Amino acid sequence: MEAFTTLTGIAAPMPKANVDTDQIIPARFLKSISRTGFGKNLFANFRFREDGSENPDFVLNQEPYRKAEILIAFENFGCGSSREHAPWALLDFGIRCVIAPDFADIFHNNSFKNGVLPVKLPREVCAQLMEDAKMGGNARITVDLERQVVVRPSGEEIPFQIDPLRRHLLLNGLDDIGQTMQHAPAIDGFEAKQRAAQPWLYGA
Amino acid sequence: MSAQKPRTLFDKIWDAHVVETLPDGTALLYIDLHLTHEVTTPQAFDGLRAAGRKVRRPDATLAVIDHNIATDASRYTGIVDPESRLQVETLEKNVAEFGVPFIPLLDARQGIVHVIGPELGRSLPGMTIVCGDSHTSTHGAMGALAFGIGTSEVEHVLATQTLLQKPAKNMRVAVEGNLAVGCSAKDVTLAIIGKIGTAGGTGHVIEYAGDAIRGLDMAGRMTLCNMSIEGGARAGMVAPDQTTFDYIARTPNGPKGEALDRAIEWWRTLPTDAGAHFDRIVTLAAHEIAPQVTWGTSPEDVLPITAAVPDPEAVEDEARREQFRRKMQYMGLTPGQRLQDLPLDVVFIGSCTNSRIEDIRVAASIARGRKVAEGVRALVVPGSGLVKKQAEAEGLDRILQEAGFEWREAGCSMCLGMNPDKLTPGQRSASTSNRNFEGRQGPGGRTHLVSPATAAASAIAGHLADVRDYQPKDAH
Ligand code: SF4
Repeated sequence: MEAFTTLTGIAAPMPKANVDTDQIIPARFLKSISRTGFGKNLFANFRFREDGSENPDFVLNQEPYRKAEILIAFENFGCGSSREHAPWALLDFGIRCVIAPDFADIFHNNSFKNGVLPVKLPREVCAQLMEDAKMGGNARITVDLERQVVVRPSGEEIPFQIDPLRRHLLLNGLDDIGQTMQHAPAIDGFEAKQRAAQPWLYGA
Repeated sequence: MSAQKPRTLFDKIWDAHVVETLPDGTALLYIDLHLTHEVTTPQAFDGLRAAGRKVRRPDATLAVIDHNIATDASRYTGIVDPESRLQVETLEKNVAEFGVPFIPLLDARQGIVHVIGPELGRSLPGMTIVCGDSHTSTHGAMGALAFGIGTSEVEHVLATQTLLQKPAKNMRVAVEGNLAVGCSAKDVTLAIIGKIGTAGGTGHVIEYAGDAIRGLDMAGRMTLCNMSIEGGARAGMVAPDQTTFDYIARTPNGPKGEALDRAIEWWRTLPTDAGAHFDRIVTLAAHEIAPQVTWGTSPEDVLPITAAVPDPEAVEDEARREQFRRKMQYMGLTPGQRLQDLPLDVVFIGSCTNSRIEDIRVAASIARGRKVAEGVRALVVPGSGLVKKQAEAEGLDRILQEAGFEWREAGCSMCLGMNPDKLTPGQRSASTSNRNFEGRQGPGGRTHLVSPATAAASAIAGHLADVRDYQPKDAH
């Protein structure tokens, strides 16, 4: 996983609540067996018309948002399925940070694990950032994970909260399986106890 | 935590599975059962291979194919779509390489992962159960803590049999009293989502309680827990009771004899203690719940079947009004139109929400002696090969086919536009599945979520129908 420290880039405004995983990456595109290549179908139902041509009204088809690295949206972003293809598609397109008032639980989890940073900020702040984002290429937004601040184009700094363990893993690009493996003796011990108390859980 | 403090069902299962608590409060949580399918695992097995890791507990893992496959006779001649075929073949290769127990496509037990776990007796009370699929919440009906995970977490569980998790908050949803005629668990779950909204349960695990819930059979409890995720919750659960134990005793792979007695002894200690703390409590009166139908593109856009299409202009917030207009446009609706007047192209009875034998019995009881309306394509897709076999043994397949329903092989089918069963743009469906997002059943498809009874009645009417007007005719 790529580490996330500080990102300065173009933010695409998506003033919608409940952006669900079927919108982010429709189910018909989930058939790949690799983690990459989903970016071309990110938001496919909005980005492309039925004949396959681009829909010029959709934000990610407009300049400068074709190069957006940050996405700003409203409540309950990422609701719907558990598919990790949603953060993969965002990442593959080039979006490494989503800012919204809140996120669906599984999406929130999946994002961290793939180096996409979900930043929760109050709706009013998101609405301000939405306005900033609408200014396009002249208005770059900075997301500084080290200092836990979002910097508006005006220079105003907005602090955000984040789980310390997740911040640590993301800052260092660490894989958490390796971390967990260090607890192997504790896992062995748990299994021995559980096997004695609940033998029906073993050897099915 | 002191032993005296009253605990919820969730607290008890959680506490029993914490291997270690990390300094920041994250728990290393032990996972008792890991269900896997073809869509969310290829990248996880790839990761294991790249790191030279093994599957820690193949005996606690089970793989099945469900999302990608055709549900007509073509499954016997091989999968046509090359990408689907590759995904299925990749799973077959991975389970062989890593020694994971696997139910092949043509096995009699094949089916939707959330149908087969409980049905085979693999999903049991008190367990922690995960699967790379959000509707894993279904298994909570057994009195288990069951939730969906992403592919990275699938890899983490395969390698370590654990997950790093923060405790969830406790939410209690009580449904008191008796359900009205024509209403089922599906109507209850839609009514709950209508009340709390699709983010209502975020950060919480819901425990369903109250006499209307206690009175549900296991299939009904599964329907309810299945859609916890549409209410934003991480998981849903129902405390195990005699209904649960009797169900498990009938499963092929559940514990038997002395092991079962010993298990039941432990399972009886699981229900929430009197006085345990819930962070949020919601109560519904069962008799007030009418048959429900969604009109929009989110499961919370739900109304009683007798209602009319709402008017976006009545919405105050501008951004919401705009969204509302978009939903109306997508769904092809006009304000004030009666929901019951909406003509249907397709009726789908199936999915991990409503494809169990109980659901099919209800559909057949309404279909008996009636005919599917002209121009309507109606599919019944059993949730598993075992459900299909049981239905056929009861003659339900004949009743349904005589009425004009298609009788299919088990799979996810038209729940999501990922296999050959899809809506075409503009088609309107009544569906017993769980999601009505734009394009969920195929690009441009318009989905109305309903119960199996409402779906069957609607197939016969040719439009969304009030099941109370279509009560079963007696068998001769
Ligand atoms: S039936 Fe639908 S919701 Fe259930 S597992 Fe299959 S695709 Fe997912």
